[in-house]
Amino acid sequence: MIEFTLWDILRNLIFATRWTVLLSAVAFAGGAAVGLTILSARISERPRLRRFGSGYIALFQGTPLLMQLFLMFFGLPMLGFRIEPWTAAALGLTFYASAYLAEIWRGGVEALPRGQWDAGASLGLHRIQELRLVILPQAFAITRPAAVGFLVQLIKSTALTSIIGFEELLRTANAINNATFEPFTVYGLVAVIFFVLCYPLTQYARMLERRAPAQ
Amino acid sequence: MVDAGSNAPRCALEEKVATMGYGLSFGWLKDAAGAIAHGAAMTVFLIACTTVLGILISILFAAARRSRYTMLRKAVAVYVEVVRNTPFLVQLFFIYFGLPSLGIRLDPIVAAIVAMTLNMAAYTTEIVGAGLDAVPKGQSEAAFALGLKSRQVFVKIILPQALKVIFPALTSQVIIMMLESAVVSQIAVRELAHEADLLQARTFRSFETYFVVTLIYLGLSMAVRRLFVAGGRRVLGAGVS
Repeated sequence: MIEFTLWDILRNLIFATRWTVLLSAVAFAGGAAVGLTILSARISERPRLRRFGSGYIALFQGTPLLMQLFLMFFGLPMLGFRIEPWTAAALGLTFYASAYLAEIWRGGVEALPRGQWDAGASLGLHRIQELRLVILPQAFAITRPAAVGFLVQLIKSTALTSIIGFEELLRTANAINNATFEPFTVYGLVAVIFFVLCYPLTQYARMLERRAPAQ
Repeated sequence: MVDAGSNAPRCALEEKVATMGYGLSFGWLKDAAGAIAHGAAMTVFLIACTTVLGILISILFAAARRSRYTMLRKAVAVYVEVVRNTPFLVQLFFIYFGLPSLGIRLDPIVAAIVAMTLNMAAYTTEIVGAGLDAVPKGQSEAAFALGLKSRQVFVKIILPQALKVIFPALTSQVIIMMLESAVVSQIAVRELAHEADLLQARTFRSFETYFVVTLIYLGLSMAVRRLFVAGGRRVLGAGVS
């Protein structure tokens, strides 16, 4: 029987936190890339693409993330991919993040005055140039507080990947709890670690929000 | 089974079907309908309890946050920050597995309702607070001038107007909470996601099971939105403004 000191528990939890951080970063970057594609469909001039974009967003925002992860975990092997918890977790969270980011940015695009599009067009820009040079930079800037706020939500959501077997913070905590029978301490510490990760970002989002009207 | 090797992998799904004999099958659905309906009913029950309790608590907390007592204001602020910056699943495990070491042992369903209520209230406290701040000051001044007591002013004048403003945000929060409630399957509450776990273990139709249950969640979230829009119009629509 191995004895665990408080420091042993904390050390192992902190060590596992890197997977939580890595997964959050991968999902946010992947989600931004896919989200940009969904956004361009959502604000496209073709009705069919627009419908696809809004359907995609409604689907991911209207179903539980846990179910999305399970579908990824059990569905991808049927398509012939060898699937591991890491891949299922990263892909599942990427698609989830893409829907939310696309919706956040769409809000930014629609908040811009019509004149921005007209000005771009009068300079002879293509639609893609218009988006890249005029519309999207402004849309990203005004939605930054919301995007940072979503990053906090995403970090918290990584805890769900413990259920499909990805070895992040919470899954490690479950294993430690099974060995030590100290759930109060273990889950308390997990909460503290998540708080330390998320709270600065929450404050940062708030700061951005306060500063926004001055711009 | 049959000539698999020579096929170019043009369509991975079809190839798999040809080689493994695996196709989608929904034959199990007929026998499973009862279990799924039971799980959906439990999910609706959980979110109904959470909505009522959560909104009541958040009205109290939003008022406390605007009270004269510094300690009370700080306590509510700490609660809101802690809950909003930690995952719901961790909160649930802390309440269900952690609290018994303090002698607080909760039944899974009670633990789920407590965790969901505390989680949702942290978000709705902010929403309700924003609504209270949005009511013009003249409203309470006018009410006081008519001789109403301060509790009457809050319940009869301020609150209805605040709720009307924040109703769409509250609706979204309830739906988010309902979707997040899928994780209470992890403490063996027999709601929709847990019934799906049990079903797929029995039928080995994991993908189909979660697919069907995901669609049911989608249907539930659309139904809840409709219900709230209709109910809100009826209750808050006329008479207050």
